[in-house]
Amino acid sequence: MAEEECELSDEQKKEIAKWFLYNAPSGEIQYIAKDLRSVLNDDKLYDEATSEAFPLYNKSHLICLELPCRSGDVLITPYNELEENQFIEPRTAQIVTIDHVKQACTEVRPAADEELASPYVEEFRCALDAEILKYVEEAYPKGVCSVYCVDGKDAEGSGCNFEFAVVIAAARNSPKNFCNGSWRSVWNIKFKEDALEIKGKLQVDAHYFEEGNVQLDAEQECQDGTIFQAPDDCAISIANIIRHHEAEYLKSLETSYSNLSDKTFKDLRRKLPVTRTLFPWHNTLQFSLTRDIQKELGIGK
Amino acid sequence: MEAALGLMRRIPPKHSVTALSALVSLLPNHSSDLLSQVDQPLQVLCDSESGKEFILCEYNRDADSYRYYEGGISSVYLWEDNNEGFVACFLIKKDGARTAHGRRGYLQEGLWEAIHVIEVGPEDETTRYCLTSTVMLSLTTDKESSGTFNLSGSIRRQMTMDLPLADGHLCNMGKMIEEMEGKLRNSLDQVYFGKTKEMVCTLRPPSEVVMRLPNS
Repeated sequence: MAEEECELSDEQKKEIAKWFLYNAPSGEIQYIAKDLRSVLNDDKLYDEATSEAFPLYNKSHLICLELPCRSGDVLITPYNELEENQFIEPRTAQIVTIDHVKQACTEVRPAADEELASPYVEEFRCALDAEILKYVEEAYPKGVCSVYCVDGKDAEGSGCNFEFAVVIAAARNSPKNFCNGSWRSVWNIKFKEDALEIKGKLQVDAHYFEEGNVQLDAEQECQDGTIFQAPDDCAISIANIIRHHEAEYLKSLETSYSNLSDKTFKDLRRKLPVTRTLFPWHNTLQFSLTRDIQKELGIGK
Repeated sequence: MEAALGLMRRIPPKHSVTALSALVSLLPNHSSDLLSQVDQPLQVLCDSESGKEFILCEYNRDADSYRYYEGGISSVYLWEDNNEGFVACFLIKKDGARTAHGRRGYLQEGLWEAIHVIEVGPEDETTRYCLTSTVMLSLTTDKESSGTFNLSGSIRRQMTMDLPLADGHLCNMGKMIEEMEGKLRNSLDQVYFGKTKEMVCTLRPPSEVVMRLPNS
Protein backbone atom coordinates (compact mmCIF):
# COMPACT_ATOMS: atom_id res chain seq x y z
CA MET A 1 0.00 0.00 0.00
CA ALA A 2 1.15 3.52 -0.60
CA GLU A 3 0.34 4.66 2.93
CA GLU A 4 3.12 4.74 5.53
CA GLU A 5 3.71 1.67 7.62
CA CYS A 6 4.40 2.46 11.24
CA GLU A 7 6.68 0.01 12.98
CA LEU A 8 4.65 -2.56 14.94
CA SER A 9 5.00 -2.61 18.71
CA ASP A 10 6.49 -5.70 20.33
CA GLU A 11 3.12 -6.48 21.83
CA GLN A 12 1.48 -6.39 18.38
CA LYS A 13 4.17 -8.59 16.87
CA LYS A 14 3.73 -11.07 19.68
CA GLU A 15 -0.03 -11.23 19.11
CA ILE A 16 0.52 -11.87 15.41
CA ALA A 17 3.02 -14.62 16.19
CA LYS A 18 0.61 -16.24 18.62
CA TRP A 19 -2.15 -16.10 16.00
CA PHE A 20 0.01 -17.99 13.50
CA LEU A 21 0.92 -20.61 16.09
CA TYR A 22 -2.60 -21.10 17.33
CA ASN A 23 -3.95 -21.57 13.80
CA ALA A 24 -1.41 -24.19 12.82
CA PRO A 25 -3.02 -27.30 11.34
CA SER A 26 -2.77 -30.52 13.36
CA GLY A 27 0.75 -31.78 13.73
CA GLU A 28 2.31 -28.70 12.17
CA ILE A 29 2.93 -26.29 14.98
CA GLN A 30 6.65 -27.07 15.18
CA TYR A 31 7.07 -26.29 11.47
CA ILE A 32 5.14 -23.06 11.87
CA ALA A 33 7.24 -22.17 14.91
CA LYS A 34 10.44 -22.66 12.93
CA ASP A 35 9.27 -20.41 10.08
CA LEU A 36 7.96 -17.86 12.54
CA ARG A 37 11.30 -17.65 14.30
CA SER A 38 12.88 -16.62 10.98
CA VAL A 39 10.22 -14.07 10.22
CA LEU A 40 10.25 -12.49 13.69
CA ASN A 41 14.03 -12.37 13.93
CA ASP A 42 13.77 -11.67 17.67
CA ASP A 43 14.34 -14.62 19.98
CA LYS A 44 12.99 -12.95 23.09
CA LEU A 45 9.70 -12.17 21.35
CA TYR A 46 9.63 -15.64 19.84
CA ASP A 47 10.04 -17.26 23.26
CA GLU A 48 7.28 -15.15 24.76
CA ALA A 49 4.90 -15.93 21.90
CA THR A 50 5.57 -19.66 21.96
CA SER A 51 5.26 -19.95 25.73
CA GLU A 52 1.81 -18.34 25.51
CA ALA A 53 0.52 -19.98 22.35
CA PHE A 54 1.71 -23.57 22.71
CA PRO A 55 -0.36 -24.43 25.84
CA LEU A 56 -3.54 -23.22 24.13
CA TYR A 57 -2.75 -25.12 20.95
CA ASN A 58 -1.81 -28.31 22.76
CA LYS A 59 -4.98 -28.38 24.84
CA SER A 60 -7.21 -27.48 21.93
CA HIS A 61 -5.69 -30.15 19.67
CA LEU A 62 -5.77 -32.79 22.41
CA ILE A 63 -2.20 -33.79 21.75
CA CYS A 64 -0.92 -37.11 22.96
CA LEU A 65 2.45 -37.40 24.66
CA GLU A 66 4.37 -40.53 25.48
CA LEU A 67 5.07 -41.13 29.15
CA PRO A 68 8.68 -41.76 30.13
CA CYS A 69 9.78 -45.40 30.26
CA ARG A 70 7.11 -46.19 27.66
CA SER A 71 4.57 -46.71 30.40
CA GLY A 72 1.74 -45.36 28.28
CA ASP A 73 0.39 -42.07 26.97
CA VAL A 74 -1.10 -38.93 28.40
CA LEU A 75 -3.55 -36.67 26.60
CA ILE A 76 -3.20 -32.93 27.05
CA THR A 77 -6.66 -31.42 27.34
CA PRO A 78 -8.50 -28.71 29.23
CA TYR A 79 -10.31 -31.45 31.15
CA ASN A 80 -7.39 -33.05 32.92
CA GLU A 81 -5.32 -29.96 33.62
CA LEU A 82 -4.54 -29.54 37.31
CA GLU A 83 -2.20 -26.62 37.19
CA GLU A 84 -0.38 -25.04 34.31
CA ASN A 85 1.87 -27.76 32.88
CA GLN A 86 0.42 -30.45 35.16
CA PHE A 87 -2.01 -33.04 33.89
CA ILE A 88 -3.61 -36.08 35.46
CA GLU A 89 -3.59 -39.47 33.76
CA PRO A 90 -6.36 -41.38 35.54
CA ARG A 91 -5.91 -44.81 33.94
CA THR A 92 -2.52 -45.21 35.54
CA ALA A 93 -3.25 -42.72 38.36
CA GLN A 94 -0.27 -40.51 37.61
CA ILE A 95 0.38 -36.78 37.50
CA VAL A 96 2.49 -35.64 34.57
CA THR A 97 4.41 -32.38 34.21
CA ILE A 98 5.11 -31.29 30.66
CA ASP A 99 6.99 -28.71 28.66
CA HIS A 100 4.40 -27.24 26.30
CA VAL A 101 6.82 -25.79 23.79
CA LYS A 102 8.89 -28.94 23.53
CA GLN A 103 5.68 -31.00 23.60
CA ALA A 104 7.28 -33.56 25.93
CA CYS A 105 6.89 -34.94 29.46
CA THR A 106 9.41 -33.73 31.96
CA GLU A 107 8.25 -35.40 35.19
CA VAL A 108 5.88 -38.12 36.38
CA ARG A 109 4.66 -38.98 39.86
CA PRO A 110 1.89 -41.12 41.30
CA ALA A 111 -1.33 -39.26 42.04
CA ALA A 112 -2.26 -38.60 45.67
CA ASP A 113 -5.64 -39.86 46.92
CA GLU A 114 -7.10 -36.35 47.09
CA GLU A 115 -6.28 -35.84 43.44
CA LEU A 116 -8.25 -38.88 42.34
CA ALA A 117 -12.01 -39.34 42.29
CA SER A 118 -13.87 -40.98 45.16
CA PRO A 119 -14.25 -44.78 44.97
CA TYR A 120 -17.95 -44.33 44.15
CA VAL A 121 -17.22 -42.09 41.15
CA GLU A 122 -14.11 -44.01 40.18
CA GLU A 123 -16.16 -47.18 39.69
CA PHE A 124 -18.20 -45.44 37.01
CA ARG A 125 -15.16 -43.79 35.48
CA CYS A 126 -13.19 -46.98 35.30
CA ALA A 127 -16.04 -48.99 33.75
CA LEU A 128 -16.61 -46.28 31.15
CA ASP A 129 -12.90 -46.02 30.42
CA ALA A 130 -12.75 -49.76 29.70
CA GLU A 131 -15.73 -49.63 27.32
CA ILE A 132 -14.43 -46.57 25.50
CA LEU A 133 -11.01 -48.15 25.17
CA LYS A 134 -12.62 -51.18 23.54
CA TYR A 135 -14.59 -48.95 21.18
CA VAL A 136 -11.61 -46.84 20.20
CA GLU A 137 -9.40 -49.83 19.56
CA GLU A 138 -12.06 -51.21 17.28
CA ALA A 139 -13.01 -48.03 15.43
CA TYR A 140 -9.79 -46.03 15.19
CA PRO A 141 -6.58 -47.44 13.77
CA LYS A 142 -4.51 -44.97 15.77
CA GLY A 143 -6.85 -43.57 18.35
CA VAL A 144 -6.20 -42.64 21.95
CA CYS A 145 -8.80 -41.93 24.59
CA SER A 146 -9.40 -41.15 28.19
CA VAL A 147 -12.19 -40.43 30.64
CA TYR A 148 -11.82 -37.57 33.10
CA CYS A 149 -13.98 -36.52 36.00
CA VAL A 150 -14.52 -32.81 35.51
CA ASP A 151 -17.00 -32.16 38.29
CA GLY A 152 -18.19 -33.76 41.50
CA LYS A 153 -15.22 -36.06 41.92
CA ASP A 154 -15.82 -36.38 45.63
CA ALA A 155 -19.41 -37.58 45.29
CA GLU A 156 -20.10 -40.34 47.79
CA GLY A 157 -23.38 -41.88 46.74
CA SER A 158 -26.57 -41.55 44.74
CA GLY A 159 -28.10 -38.11 44.92
CA CYS A 160 -24.76 -36.46 44.26
CA ASN A 161 -24.23 -35.41 40.68
CA PHE A 162 -20.95 -35.71 38.84
CA GLU A 163 -19.67 -35.11 35.33
CA PHE A 164 -17.21 -36.83 33.01
CA ALA A 165 -15.45 -35.80 29.85
CA VAL A 166 -14.70 -38.56 27.37
CA VAL A 167 -11.90 -37.52 25.03
CA ILE A 168 -11.08 -39.38 21.82
CA ALA A 169 -8.27 -38.23 19.57
CA ALA A 170 -6.75 -39.70 16.44
CA ALA A 171 -4.06 -38.04 14.39
CA ARG A 172 -2.47 -39.03 11.13
CA ASN A 173 0.65 -37.07 10.35
CA SER A 174 2.46 -37.77 7.13
CA PRO A 175 4.56 -34.70 6.33
CA LYS A 176 6.56 -36.59 3.69
CA ASN A 177 3.33 -37.10 1.79
CA PHE A 178 2.35 -33.52 2.45
CA CYS A 179 -0.74 -34.68 4.30
CA ASN A 180 -1.86 -34.31 7.93
CA GLY A 181 -5.17 -34.78 9.65
CA SER A 182 -6.90 -35.23 12.96
CA TRP A 183 -10.14 -36.40 14.53
CA ARG A 184 -11.14 -35.02 17.91
CA SER A 185 -14.28 -35.88 19.80
CA VAL A 186 -15.20 -34.73 23.26
CA TRP A 187 -18.25 -36.11 25.05
CA ASN A 188 -19.61 -34.49 28.20
CA ILE A 189 -21.60 -36.82 30.38
CA LYS A 190 -23.61 -35.41 33.27
CA PHE A 191 -24.70 -38.01 35.80
CA LYS A 192 -27.87 -36.84 37.53
CA GLU A 193 -30.16 -38.60 39.95
CA ASP A 194 -32.04 -40.71 37.43
CA ALA A 195 -30.72 -39.74 34.02
CA LEU A 196 -27.56 -39.09 32.06
CA GLU A 197 -27.23 -36.07 29.79
CA ILE A 198 -24.79 -36.55 26.97
CA LYS A 199 -23.38 -33.85 24.73
CA GLY A 200 -20.81 -34.44 22.03
CA LYS A 201 -18.58 -32.25 19.90
CA LEU A 202 -16.86 -33.85 16.92
CA GLN A 203 -14.14 -32.15 14.90
CA VAL A 204 -12.29 -33.33 11.84
CA ASP A 205 -9.59 -31.57 9.94
CA ALA A 206 -7.29 -32.50 7.08
CA HIS A 207 -4.50 -30.61 5.37
CA TYR A 208 -2.96 -31.45 2.01
CA PHE A 209 -0.14 -29.24 0.79
CA GLU A 210 1.69 -30.65 -2.20
CA GLU A 211 1.85 -27.79 -4.73
CA GLY A 212 -0.88 -25.98 -2.91
CA ASN A 213 -2.72 -25.60 0.38
CA VAL A 214 -6.03 -27.41 0.76
CA GLN A 215 -7.79 -27.82 4.12
CA LEU A 216 -10.92 -29.47 5.37
CA ASP A 217 -12.42 -28.13 8.54
CA ALA A 218 -15.62 -29.75 9.78
CA GLU A 219 -17.41 -29.94 13.09
CA GLN A 220 -20.66 -31.17 14.54
CA GLU A 221 -22.43 -31.09 17.89
CA CYS A 222 -24.93 -33.63 19.10
CA GLN A 223 -27.00 -34.56 22.14
CA ASP A 224 -28.43 -37.68 23.65
CA GLY A 225 -29.41 -39.19 26.97
CA THR A 226 -29.93 -42.42 28.83
CA ILE A 227 -31.03 -43.73 32.24
CA PHE A 228 -28.90 -44.01 35.35
CA GLN A 229 -27.85 -47.61 35.92
CA ALA A 230 -25.06 -49.62 37.52
CA PRO A 231 -21.55 -48.58 36.44
CA ASP A 232 -21.04 -51.38 33.92
CA ASP A 233 -24.45 -50.90 32.30
CA CYS A 234 -23.97 -47.13 32.12
CA ALA A 235 -20.62 -47.68 30.47
CA ILE A 236 -22.02 -49.95 27.78
CA SER A 237 -24.95 -47.61 27.17
CA ILE A 238 -22.74 -44.55 26.80
CA ALA A 239 -20.24 -46.29 24.57
CA ASN A 240 -23.04 -47.42 22.28
CA ILE A 241 -24.43 -43.90 22.05
CA ILE A 242 -21.01 -42.54 21.20
CA ARG A 243 -20.37 -45.26 18.66
CA HIS A 244 -23.71 -44.57 17.00
CA HIS A 245 -23.29 -40.79 16.73
CA GLU A 246 -19.72 -40.95 15.51
CA ALA A 247 -20.57 -43.49 12.82
CA GLU A 248 -23.51 -41.33 11.74
CA TYR A 249 -21.26 -38.30 11.54
CA LEU A 250 -18.79 -40.12 9.35
CA LYS A 251 -21.63 -41.11 7.04
CA SER A 252 -22.82 -37.53 6.80
CA LEU A 253 -19.28 -36.40 5.96
CA GLU A 254 -19.20 -38.91 3.15
CA THR A 255 -22.55 -37.61 1.92
CA SER A 256 -21.28 -34.03 2.04
CA TYR A 257 -18.29 -35.06 -0.02
CA SER A 258 -20.30 -36.82 -2.69
CA ASN A 259 -22.83 -33.99 -2.88
CA LEU A 260 -20.13 -31.40 -3.24
CA SER A 261 -18.35 -33.38 -5.86
CA ASP A 262 -21.39 -34.24 -7.97
CA LYS A 263 -23.60 -31.24 -7.69
CA THR A 264 -21.87 -28.16 -6.45
CA PHE A 265 -18.57 -28.38 -8.20
CA LYS A 266 -20.45 -28.35 -11.48
CA ASP A 267 -22.04 -25.09 -10.44
CA LEU A 268 -18.63 -23.55 -10.29
CA ARG A 269 -17.02 -24.84 -13.41
CA ARG A 270 -18.28 -27.31 -15.95
CA LYS A 271 -16.02 -29.97 -17.39
CA LEU A 272 -16.80 -28.78 -20.90
CA PRO A 273 -18.59 -25.68 -22.19
CA VAL A 274 -22.37 -25.89 -22.70
CA THR A 275 -21.80 -26.72 -26.34
CA ARG A 276 -20.04 -29.89 -25.20
CA THR A 277 -17.02 -29.14 -27.32
CA LEU A 278 -13.92 -27.23 -26.44
CA PHE A 279 -14.04 -23.54 -27.00
CA PRO A 280 -13.48 -22.55 -30.63
CA TRP A 281 -10.48 -20.34 -30.16
CA HIS A 282 -10.01 -19.91 -33.90
CA ASN A 283 -13.40 -18.51 -34.37
CA THR A 284 -13.88 -16.05 -31.57
CA LEU A 285 -14.96 -13.27 -33.88
CA GLN A 286 -18.46 -14.64 -33.70
CA PHE A 287 -18.76 -13.54 -30.10
CA SER A 288 -20.03 -10.22 -28.99
CA LEU A 289 -16.77 -8.92 -27.59
CA THR A 290 -16.08 -7.33 -30.93
CA ARG A 291 -19.58 -6.01 -31.12
CA ASP A 292 -19.22 -4.40 -27.72
CA ILE A 293 -15.98 -2.73 -28.66
CA GLN A 294 -17.40 -1.59 -31.97
CA LYS A 295 -20.36 -0.10 -30.19
CA GLU A 296 -18.15 1.73 -27.75
CA LEU A 297 -15.93 3.10 -30.44
CA GLY A 298 -19.01 4.22 -32.33
CA ILE A 299 -18.15 2.21 -35.42
CA GLY A 300 -21.38 1.50 -37.22
CA LYS A 301 -22.23 -1.96 -38.53
CA MET B 1 10.95 -14.82 2.71
CA GLU B 2 11.05 -18.57 2.43
CA ALA B 3 9.86 -18.85 6.00
CA ALA B 4 7.02 -16.47 5.25
CA LEU B 5 5.91 -18.52 2.25
CA GLY B 6 6.18 -21.64 4.40
CA LEU B 7 3.75 -20.10 6.87
CA MET B 8 1.31 -19.27 4.07
CA ARG B 9 1.32 -22.92 3.00
CA ARG B 10 0.20 -24.12 6.40
CA ILE B 11 -2.24 -21.54 7.64
CA PRO B 12 -5.88 -22.53 6.98
CA PRO B 13 -6.87 -21.03 3.60
CA LYS B 14 -9.92 -19.31 5.08
CA HIS B 15 -7.52 -17.15 7.10
CA SER B 16 -5.19 -16.37 4.21
CA VAL B 17 -6.18 -12.72 3.93
CA THR B 18 -5.46 -12.11 7.63
CA ALA B 19 -2.25 -14.13 7.45
CA LEU B 20 -0.91 -12.15 4.51
CA SER B 21 -1.60 -8.77 6.08
CA ALA B 22 -0.02 -10.03 9.32
CA LEU B 23 3.10 -11.06 7.42
CA VAL B 24 3.24 -7.79 5.54
CA SER B 25 3.16 -5.88 8.81
CA LEU B 26 5.85 -8.12 10.34
CA LEU B 27 8.06 -7.82 7.27
CA PRO B 28 7.46 -4.38 5.75
CA ASN B 29 10.62 -4.58 3.65
CA HIS B 30 9.31 -7.64 1.86
CA SER B 31 5.80 -6.40 1.36
CA SER B 32 5.93 -6.05 -2.41
CA ASP B 33 7.48 -9.52 -2.78
CA LEU B 34 4.83 -11.02 -0.54
CA LEU B 35 1.95 -9.31 -2.27
CA SER B 36 3.08 -10.43 -5.69
CA GLN B 37 3.96 -14.01 -4.75
CA VAL B 38 0.99 -14.93 -2.62
CA ASP B 39 -2.35 -15.40 -4.31
CA GLN B 40 -5.24 -13.80 -2.56
CA PRO B 41 -8.96 -14.07 -3.11
CA LEU B 42 -10.01 -11.81 -5.96
CA GLN B 43 -11.97 -8.69 -5.21
CA VAL B 44 -14.48 -7.23 -7.57
CA LEU B 45 -15.15 -3.53 -7.99
CA CYS B 46 -17.69 -1.82 -10.14
CA ASP B 47 -16.63 0.79 -12.63
CA SER B 48 -18.73 3.88 -12.08
CA GLU B 49 -18.68 4.86 -15.75
CA SER B 50 -19.63 1.70 -17.57
CA GLY B 51 -21.41 -0.04 -14.70
CA LYS B 52 -19.39 -3.16 -15.35
CA GLU B 53 -17.59 -5.15 -12.73
CA PHE B 54 -13.88 -5.81 -12.89
CA ILE B 55 -11.41 -7.73 -10.85
CA LEU B 56 -8.66 -6.25 -8.73
CA CYS B 57 -5.28 -7.82 -8.51
CA GLU B 58 -1.65 -6.83 -8.10
CA TYR B 59 -1.14 -6.55 -11.82
CA ASN B 60 -3.60 -3.80 -12.51
CA ARG B 61 -2.72 -1.88 -9.44
CA ASP B 62 -1.28 1.55 -9.89
CA ALA B 63 -0.55 2.93 -6.45
CA ASP B 64 -4.01 2.91 -4.93
CA SER B 65 -6.24 2.85 -7.97
CA TYR B 66 -6.89 0.03 -10.37
CA ARG B 67 -6.76 0.12 -14.15
CA TYR B 68 -9.08 -2.15 -16.03
CA TYR B 69 -9.47 -3.60 -19.49
CA GLU B 70 -12.76 -5.42 -19.62
CA GLY B 71 -15.83 -5.79 -17.48
CA GLY B 72 -17.67 -8.85 -16.30
CA ILE B 73 -16.39 -11.38 -13.86
CA SER B 74 -13.35 -12.09 -15.91
CA SER B 75 -10.67 -9.57 -16.49
CA VAL B 76 -7.56 -9.47 -18.59
CA TYR B 77 -4.54 -7.29 -18.16
CA LEU B 78 -1.49 -7.04 -20.35
CA TRP B 79 1.83 -5.35 -20.02
CA GLU B 80 5.22 -5.40 -21.65
CA ASP B 81 8.11 -7.11 -19.96
CA ASN B 82 11.85 -6.66 -20.28
CA ASN B 83 12.47 -9.49 -22.72
CA GLU B 84 10.80 -8.02 -25.78
CA GLY B 85 7.73 -10.03 -25.06
CA PHE B 86 4.68 -9.30 -22.98
CA VAL B 87 2.78 -10.76 -20.07
CA ALA B 88 -0.92 -11.42 -19.94
CA CYS B 89 -2.94 -12.04 -16.87
CA PHE B 90 -6.40 -13.63 -17.04
CA LEU B 91 -8.59 -13.54 -13.97
CA ILE B 92 -11.80 -15.40 -13.51
CA LYS B 93 -14.11 -15.30 -10.55
CA LYS B 94 -17.26 -17.29 -10.07
CA ASP B 95 -19.48 -17.14 -7.05
CA GLY B 96 -21.49 -20.34 -6.80
CA ALA B 97 -23.56 -19.37 -3.81
CA ARG B 98 -25.08 -16.33 -5.41
CA THR B 99 -25.91 -17.90 -8.74
CA ALA B 100 -26.98 -21.18 -7.18
CA HIS B 101 -29.54 -19.15 -5.30
CA GLY B 102 -31.46 -22.04 -3.85
CA ARG B 103 -31.29 -23.91 -7.13
CA ARG B 104 -29.54 -26.69 -5.33
CA GLY B 105 -29.57 -24.87 -2.05
CA TYR B 106 -26.72 -26.89 -0.66
CA LEU B 107 -23.87 -24.51 -0.79
CA GLN B 108 -23.65 -21.75 1.77
CA GLU B 109 -20.59 -20.36 0.12
CA GLY B 110 -18.85 -21.41 -3.05
CA LEU B 111 -16.12 -19.54 -4.86
CA TRP B 112 -13.95 -20.41 -7.82
CA GLU B 113 -11.16 -17.97 -8.57
CA ALA B 114 -8.54 -18.51 -11.21
CA ILE B 115 -5.41 -16.53 -11.93
CA HIS B 116 -3.55 -17.34 -15.12
CA VAL B 117 -0.34 -15.51 -15.93
CA ILE B 118 1.24 -16.11 -19.31
CA GLU B 119 4.67 -14.83 -20.19
CA VAL B 120 4.94 -14.61 -23.93
CA GLY B 121 8.44 -14.74 -25.38
CA PRO B 122 9.79 -12.61 -28.21
CA GLU B 123 7.72 -13.07 -31.34
CA ASP B 124 9.10 -15.59 -33.75
CA GLU B 125 7.75 -18.26 -36.03
CA THR B 126 7.40 -20.38 -32.91
CA THR B 127 6.82 -18.44 -29.73
CA ARG B 128 7.32 -19.63 -26.19
CA TYR B 129 4.35 -19.33 -23.81
CA CYS B 130 4.92 -19.91 -20.14
CA LEU B 131 1.73 -20.28 -18.09
CA THR B 132 1.45 -20.25 -14.31
CA SER B 133 -2.05 -20.95 -13.06
CA THR B 134 -3.51 -20.82 -9.61
CA VAL B 135 -7.00 -21.87 -8.73
CA MET B 136 -8.50 -20.96 -5.37
CA LEU B 137 -11.60 -22.71 -4.23
CA SER B 138 -13.79 -22.25 -1.23
CA LEU B 139 -16.79 -24.43 -0.40
CA THR B 140 -18.89 -24.25 2.74
CA THR B 141 -22.06 -26.09 3.63
CA ASP B 142 -24.07 -25.34 6.68
CA LYS B 143 -26.78 -27.92 7.11
CA GLU B 144 -28.07 -28.27 10.66
CA SER B 145 -27.85 -32.02 10.64
CA SER B 146 -24.22 -32.12 9.64
CA GLY B 147 -22.81 -29.10 11.45
CA THR B 148 -20.32 -27.01 9.53
CA PHE B 149 -18.18 -28.29 6.70
CA ASN B 150 -15.60 -26.10 5.02
CA LEU B 151 -13.23 -27.16 2.29
CA SER B 152 -10.97 -24.48 0.86
CA GLY B 153 -7.56 -23.84 -0.53
CA SER B 154 -5.52 -23.34 -3.65
CA ILE B 155 -3.37 -25.28 -6.03
CA ARG B 156 -0.86 -24.05 -8.54
CA ARG B 157 0.61 -25.55 -11.72
CA GLN B 158 2.90 -24.49 -14.53
CA MET B 159 2.99 -25.28 -18.22
CA THR B 160 5.31 -24.16 -21.00
CA MET B 161 4.57 -24.56 -24.70
CA ASP B 162 6.15 -23.49 -27.93
CA LEU B 163 3.42 -22.70 -30.42
CA PRO B 164 3.32 -21.35 -33.97
CA LEU B 165 2.63 -17.66 -34.16
CA ALA B 166 0.48 -18.17 -37.22
CA ASP B 167 -2.44 -19.28 -35.06
CA GLY B 168 -2.42 -16.00 -33.22
CA HIS B 169 -1.77 -15.20 -29.59
CA LEU B 170 -5.40 -15.32 -28.57
CA CYS B 171 -5.87 -18.78 -29.92
CA ASN B 172 -2.64 -20.10 -28.42
CA MET B 173 -3.20 -18.60 -25.01
CA GLY B 174 -6.86 -19.52 -24.95
CA LYS B 175 -6.15 -23.15 -25.69
CA MET B 176 -3.45 -23.30 -23.05
CA ILE B 177 -5.68 -21.82 -20.41
CA GLU B 178 -8.57 -24.10 -21.29
CA GLU B 179 -6.32 -27.15 -21.10
CA MET B 180 -4.80 -25.99 -17.84
CA GLU B 181 -8.14 -25.24 -16.22
CA GLY B 182 -9.35 -28.68 -17.23
CA LYS B 183 -6.29 -30.26 -15.61
CA LEU B 184 -6.69 -28.13 -12.51
CA ARG B 185 -10.33 -29.01 -12.21
CA ASN B 186 -9.47 -32.69 -12.25
CA SER B 187 -6.68 -32.17 -9.75
CA LEU B 188 -9.07 -30.33 -7.52
CA ASP B 189 -11.47 -33.22 -7.66
CA GLN B 190 -8.68 -35.59 -6.68
CA VAL B 191 -6.97 -33.30 -4.22
CA TYR B 192 -9.79 -31.45 -2.55
CA PHE B 193 -12.23 -34.24 -2.51
CA GLY B 194 -9.99 -37.23 -2.84
CA LYS B 195 -7.08 -36.67 -0.49
CA THR B 196 -8.93 -34.97 2.30
CA LYS B 197 -11.70 -37.57 2.21
CA GLU B 198 -9.06 -40.29 2.24
CA MET B 199 -7.58 -38.75 5.35
CA VAL B 200 -10.95 -38.75 7.11
CA CYS B 201 -11.52 -42.41 6.26
CA THR B 202 -8.02 -43.26 7.43
CA LEU B 203 -8.60 -41.60 10.78
CA ARG B 204 -11.84 -43.45 11.32
CA PRO B 205 -12.75 -46.13 8.78
CA PRO B 206 -16.46 -46.37 7.91
CA SER B 207 -18.42 -48.75 10.11
CA GLU B 208 -18.98 -51.34 7.40
CA VAL B 209 -15.29 -52.09 7.61
CA VAL B 210 -15.37 -52.24 11.39
CA MET B 211 -18.36 -54.57 11.54
CA ARG B 212 -16.37 -57.28 9.85
CA LEU B 213 -13.97 -57.52 12.74
CA PRO B 214 -14.68 -60.30 15.24
CA ASN B 215 -16.76 -59.21 18.23
CA SER B 216 -14.70 -58.43 21.31
